[in-house]
Amino acid sequence: MVMSELTKKTILTLASAQERIDGRGLQDFRTPKITTGIIPNAQGSALVELGLTKVVAGIKVGIGTPYPDKQEEGVMATAAELTPIASPDFESGPPSPQTVELARVVDRVIRESETLDTKALCIKPKEKVWMVYLDMYPLDMDGNLIDAGVLACMAAMLTAKLPRYENETVIYDDLKDPLPVSLKPVSVTHGKIENTLLVDTTNTEEQVMSGRYTVGFKEDGTICAMQKGGIATFSPEEIETMLENAQVHAKFLRGFLP
Amino acid sequence: MDKPQTLITNNKRLDGRAPEDMRPLKIIAGYLEKADGSAYVECGSTKVVAAVYGPRDVHPKHCAEPDKAIVRCKYDMAAFSVDGERKRPGPDRRSVEISKVCSEALESVILTRKFPKTAIDIFVEVIQADASTRVTGLTAASVALADAGIPMQDLISACSFGRVYGTQNGEPVETVVVDLDKAEDNWGLADIAFAYAPNLEKIALLQMDGRISRQEFSLGMSYGMKVCKQLYELQKAALKKKYE
Repeated sequence: MVMSELTKKTILTLASAQERIDGRGLQDFRTPKITTGIIPNAQGSALVELGLTKVVAGIKVGIGTPYPDKQEEGVMATAAELTPIASPDFESGPPSPQTVELARVVDRVIRESETLDTKALCIKPKEKVWMVYLDMYPLDMDGNLIDAGVLACMAAMLTAKLPRYENETVIYDDLKDPLPVSLKPVSVTHGKIENTLLVDTTNTEEQVMSGRYTVGFKEDGTICAMQKGGIATFSPEEIETMLENAQVHAKFLRGFLP
Repeated sequence: MDKPQTLITNNKRLDGRAPEDMRPLKIIAGYLEKADGSAYVECGSTKVVAAVYGPRDVHPKHCAEPDKAIVRCKYDMAAFSVDGERKRPGPDRRSVEISKVCSEALESVILTRKFPKTAIDIFVEVIQADASTRVTGLTAASVALADAGIPMQDLISACSFGRVYGTQNGEPVETVVVDLDKAEDNWGLADIAFAYAPNLEKIALLQMDGRISRQEFSLGMSYGMKVCKQLYELQKAALKKKYE
């Protein structure tokens, strides 16, 4: 995306005055709007609108074989596609490093919280388990795909149902039990513009920012994921500050999950 | 290996180390002939080779930046490097992510604006994996960059830290430890990759999976910073040794 020097300079000047181009405070998180069950063909789905960012997540389940080192556990796999629908900066084709990172960070927040009871997804040890596929598609890119992605995937998981499995067949029309999820992990991402830390960045801010720090939290305050991104560095004090702020935002965001 | 009963007993880890101990390190600067800069690093049984080419022409040309060098670090694991089954050669999603975060960590200290429209390419090959491979790779890449004469604000020194379960006087405990080996990475409770610019005292890479409290993380980070400063001395010594 080509950004005018004037816009860039404005954002930098505002940041050094602890202000943002959309008028928010440095620690103002946009209010998410979450709608679930919007994709009837999926076993779980959600649309998250975070400001102008829109991400849709869908869950498809199927039967597969377990991993050799986890023979009595179901499998969860997370993917994302950044398509040109969402932004002129996204290109069609195989997943870019940005796409891979997004999918893997969202996956980490959810997987490491241990919210999904993978043992309950085992049908026949060593042979048959439920495979849970999470797929995220941003529809409109206005920043913070990671936090929006986590909210979308979690909302989809919390409202997903497993179909009936009988006589070696999945009966997709007969949705029975809820997906066994017990916790509501969320992520909170800060951006860094020169020396200023700001939470929940928009696309314009992301074009200017030099670093990003995401942290995933479980309800009890345990950290379940972290990812630093970008070419900026962070001091240990900045990390501690962001962790402190993020805990508050995590509680805020969690309140919007179903 | 099946899940061990304990990863740490009365402050002694499975390999005899104390919680704050790194594994034995070996660093050789200028290990390779053809590359502009190179390094070989062993951290316990983890063995990594790093090669640097650059600043050089950018291919494909459209990737070049008009005002700075681009930094591309490619992390790869050799097929035979892993425990258990052979790893299929070629990039997988994990390698793509690791390459991205390592590129960013190194770019944070390289003075890229001195070399517009060029590429600085770093290749990290893990030839034996016993956990903490990306951080060992960064420690090696950093030495390789210095060996290539690429100007940097600081070196990058990197290590892992995490949390493991065990016993203390028969009671179950969870302990923060530094430099995870494979058993600790596989069976442990949290695994953090940490890359540090030891003079700037700034963090260049930070990733975590598992579960850790804020206090345990802060403790781990303090261990990590201390260990990275020790690593820095070893990296410098390896570079100096080349000229003896």
